[in-house]
Order: sequence, then structure tokens, then C-alpha cells
Amino acid sequence: MALAASVSIAESSARERMAPPSRFGDRAFEWLTLAMALTVLVLVILIGWELWNGSSVALKKFGFHFLTTSTWDPVAEEFGALPFIYGTLVSSAIALIIAVPLSIATAAYLTELAPLWIRQPLVSLIEMLAAIPSVILGLWGIFVMVPWLRDYPFPFLKGYFGWIPLFTGPIYGPCMFAGGIIIAIMILPIITSVSREILRSVPNLQREAAYALGATRWEATRIAVLSYAKKGLFGAVILGLGRALGETLAVTMVIGNTPQIAASLFKPGYTLASVLANEFTEATTDIYLQALFEIGLVLFGITILVNLLAQLLLRTITTTSATRAVQ
Amino acid sequence: MQSGKANHIWRKIKSAAASAVAFISAVLVIAPLGLVFFHLLVNGITSVNWDFFTKLPVPVGEIGGGMANAIVGSLELLAFASMIGIPIGVLGGVYLAEYGSARINSILRFLADVLNGIPSITWGVVVYGLIVLRFKSFSAYAGGLALGLIMIPLILRTTEEVVLLVPNGYREAALALGVSRWKTIVHIVMKTASKGIITGILLALARVGGETAPLLFTAFGNRFWNHNLSEPIAALPLQIFTYAISPYDDWHRQAWAGALVLVTGIFCVNVMVRILTRGRAASVV
Repeated sequence: MALAASVSIAESSARERMAPPSRFGDRAFEWLTLAMALTVLVLVILIGWELWNGSSVALKKFGFHFLTTSTWDPVAEEFGALPFIYGTLVSSAIALIIAVPLSIATAAYLTELAPLWIRQPLVSLIEMLAAIPSVILGLWGIFVMVPWLRDYPFPFLKGYFGWIPLFTGPIYGPCMFAGGIIIAIMILPIITSVSREILRSVPNLQREAAYALGATRWEATRIAVLSYAKKGLFGAVILGLGRALGETLAVTMVIGNTPQIAASLFKPGYTLASVLANEFTEATTDIYLQALFEIGLVLFGITILVNLLAQLLLRTITTTSATRAVQ
Repeated sequence: MQSGKANHIWRKIKSAAASAVAFISAVLVIAPLGLVFFHLLVNGITSVNWDFFTKLPVPVGEIGGGMANAIVGSLELLAFASMIGIPIGVLGGVYLAEYGSARINSILRFLADVLNGIPSITWGVVVYGLIVLRFKSFSAYAGGLALGLIMIPLILRTTEEVVLLVPNGYREAALALGVSRWKTIVHIVMKTASKGIITGILLALARVGGETAPLLFTAFGNRFWNHNLSEPIAALPLQIFTYAISPYDDWHRQAWAGALVLVTGIFCVNVMVRILTRGRAASVV
């Protein structure tokens, strides 16, 4: 009894000595960090608002025609974004056609087929490729890649496949095809590294089951891993598409910057991002600037939709590992 | 029996062929890296000299000159961007890792990932509307702000990842000693994760250090020294772009030299990151 009393006394005095930790500091820190975290929401709204606001007059004046007409004449104040939308879609499509098989094969090589010692060095090299700035790839593009394409692969394609409308007409050098190739190089690392994370997240049981049935390495990869990860790989491709649509500097430097819709990939084209890069500082009239803001709005709309789709696809597969690779 | 064996050999061959195709793909993926590096060295190395780092650009027709103002300008822009991007990104990441309900956090995380996918030129347009139109002048502030905004979601996500890696025992130990929660987070959790946080910051800096698109109509570029942040300022990637699309051979040489310097800087940061994260292979970022 006495013991219990002394314990309770000791407890209460201890409680008095140890003042409860200040709640104020905790509260303040939580609110501070919350405010910082909420900036991502603020930023998304800010971008949408700013682009909408900046193009409000143009939106009213051109309406839906902006997206469907193809005259871009700042002097006559006629603005139609169709050639830019076309150029963006076609160059991104070329990029995906080139980059997707290469990236997924490389990801499969890195996770399933390659000898262990080669994997980490290869991953490091791919990360380095991802670190090359767009403007430097563009520099290499105009002075090395485009002249080479013009002299060797393009005449070859024209000679053998000239009967396809895609490969007809004179070869200038800078063109839609070159733009697609440079975008492909830009998106190779991201599709590869996201696909790699996806394949790594495939449970080992899948592989073990395939091997237990006597599958060869390739059979196990194809049946147990690639088909299992199909949805995630699709997410990786869509994510790559999002990057491709918004790629700016490198494309601007090699695509030729001519607003036209032509069947031949050897003809110069123009993308939404490139027209912003080239003409923004030249916009002399208000309506011209408004039209360019509207281009920005269209680009933002397309990329945000594509990114939402990619995130939804990737999120259902894995919560952390895939998003880690995104950066 | 015999046909079964033949079939087995055939499957083995197919497997080997698939491996070979995958290997060739991997080589093709990294080929551009080697080619870009090779051409940067061949075309740029002769123009990277003392003058390049110490002199201003010279007018067309004169040979020589350098990009001293662009290098310093890039550093100024990065410093200004860091003041915006680092505190917001790091503290926001801490919130996602330490506080918040799962639902709100997954939404914020989602938004950060979406922001990471937005074309960098869009940021340029937005900051142009926000700052340049309002104050009627291109400025270093605008350029730095654009880069800083790009850094926020990048740093936020990496910080969150590394803070989540800190074992819960650390938090419990500190809280059990009567340390308040925010002090636990700042002094124990963030300190433990500091290497990873710094890694994320460095990667974000390396990424925006090479960005050109958001600077085209914010920082705008400048051929002279400028230490007034409310005026246009030069940046290395911008200068490379301007020189690359110019019609002058000497400017092309300078562009290659600038590109070599920029890539070397970015790769140095990446190597630093690798050293920082050594021993924790692939656990961070």
C-alpha cells in the first residue's frame, strides 16, 4: 500500500517535472509542411488558369476552328493549330514505333536475359543517356545525325520504298522523320527504366513456375514475365508518349519548322512545343500572343490527359517502384 | 524421343536468338550516348580553353571569346531556383512521408507525378504570363522561378521516398524520450535521410541545369554581364541553342564547346550522386 502510494507520488512529480512537449511546434510544423505539399495542387491549378486566362480572347475568337484549320498567318491574324497538332502526333508516333520495341527488349534483357555482371553498368549508362539535356541532343542532331540521315538511310529508303507515299519527295535533311528519331532517343531511357521496374516487380513465382515446366530462358520471359506485365508495360509506353509530345528543343532543331501537313516524312514539319519555342518572343500583337497561349493550353491538355492515363496504368501495378523510375 | 531432343535444341536456339536480339537492342539504346559523347569531344575540346571560361561572347566575325557570362548566369539561375524548389520540395516530401492521410497523400503524389510529366516549355509559358507580362521585362527572376517550379515535384518525390526508408524504430526511440514530433522529424528522421535528400536535390539541379525551353522567354539570354536579377540574363543551355541555330561556323564551335562543358558538369553531379548512394545500390532514387 505504502509502496503504491510512493509510486503514484513519483509518477505525479515526474509528470510535473516533464512539461508536456509543446503542441505549438508540432502543429506549426505540420501546417508548414502541409502548405508546401499543397503547392503541387496549386501549381496544377495555376498552370491551367494561367494558360486559360492568357488565351481567353483567342478561345472566344477562334473557337473550335483553332483546332481544325491549318492556316497559321500572324500577319493576317489567322491562326489554326492543325499542322502543329499533326506534327506533334506524327513525330511522337514515329518515336514510339522506334523506341518501344528497343526499350522493352532492353528492359527484358536487363531483368531477365543478361548476365548479372553486365546489368548494373548498363543501367548506369542508360541513366547517363537520360541526363543528356535536350539542347545538346539537338546540337548533335543538326550537325551529325541529320547530315548522316540525309546521305545514307534516307536515299536508301527512298530508293527501295519510294512507292510508299511516306518516303517520297525531295530530301532536305531536317524533316518529320528526323524529328521522330530524335524524340525516340529522348524517350528511350524513360521507357526502358520504367519497363525495367515493372518487370522487376513481377513475382519470382511466375518465373519459377515456368522454369519448373521446363521453359527455356526466353520462353519464361515471354510467357511468365512479359505477358504478366503487359498492363504495366503499356503504362510505361504511355508515359513515354507523354514525354514525346512535350519534347521541345531537340525536335525544334531538327524537324524543319514548317507548318504543313504532308504525307512524306521527308518533308519538314512543326510541333506544338516547337512553335512555342520559336515564335513566343516574336509575338508582336496581342492576338498572336493569345494564339500562342492557346497552343500552350492545347499542349498542356494533351500531355495532362496522357500522363493521367499513364499514372493510372502504372499505379494499379505497383505503388512505389515504377514511380521511382519515372524520375 | 529423337524428335523431342531436336525440338529441345530448337527451343534452346530460339532462346539464344532472343537473348541476342535483346542484347542488340540494349546496344542500340546506349549507342546515342557514345556517339553524342564522341562528337562532343571531337568538336568541342579544341574550343574549351581559358578564354571560354573568362571572356564574354564576341560580336559576329571576330574569332574567340567565351561564355563566362552564361556560365555565371546559369549558376545564378540555379541558385535562385534552389531557393524556391528546395524548401518547398523537401518540406512537402516530408509531409507526404510523415503526416497526412493515405487518401490525401495518394492524390498529392499523383499530382506531383503528373507535374513531372508536363513539358518544360509549358512552365516557360506560365511564368511568362505570371512575371514577364506583368512586369513587362524578361528577367533572371522569371527564369529562376520557372526552373524552381520544375524542381518542386522532382525533389518532393525523392525526399518522400528516402524519408519513408528511415526505420520506424528511430522515430519511436526519439518520441519515447519525450522529444516532440517535429523535432524528431527534423533532427532524427531528416538527418538520417539527409544523404538521400541531398541526392534528390542534386539530381533535380542536374536536370534543370540543362533545361533550355523554360528559359527561352523568361531569362531570355544576354550577351553581356548582368548582375541585376530583374533584367535578362544569359544561361549556358540558352547560349548553346542560340549559337547552334546561328549560321556562323565560329559560333557552332562555341556551341560544341558549351555543350561539352554543360554535359561534363551534369555528369560530374551524377557521379557525385553515385558516390553518395554507393553501398545502397538502387535503394534510393
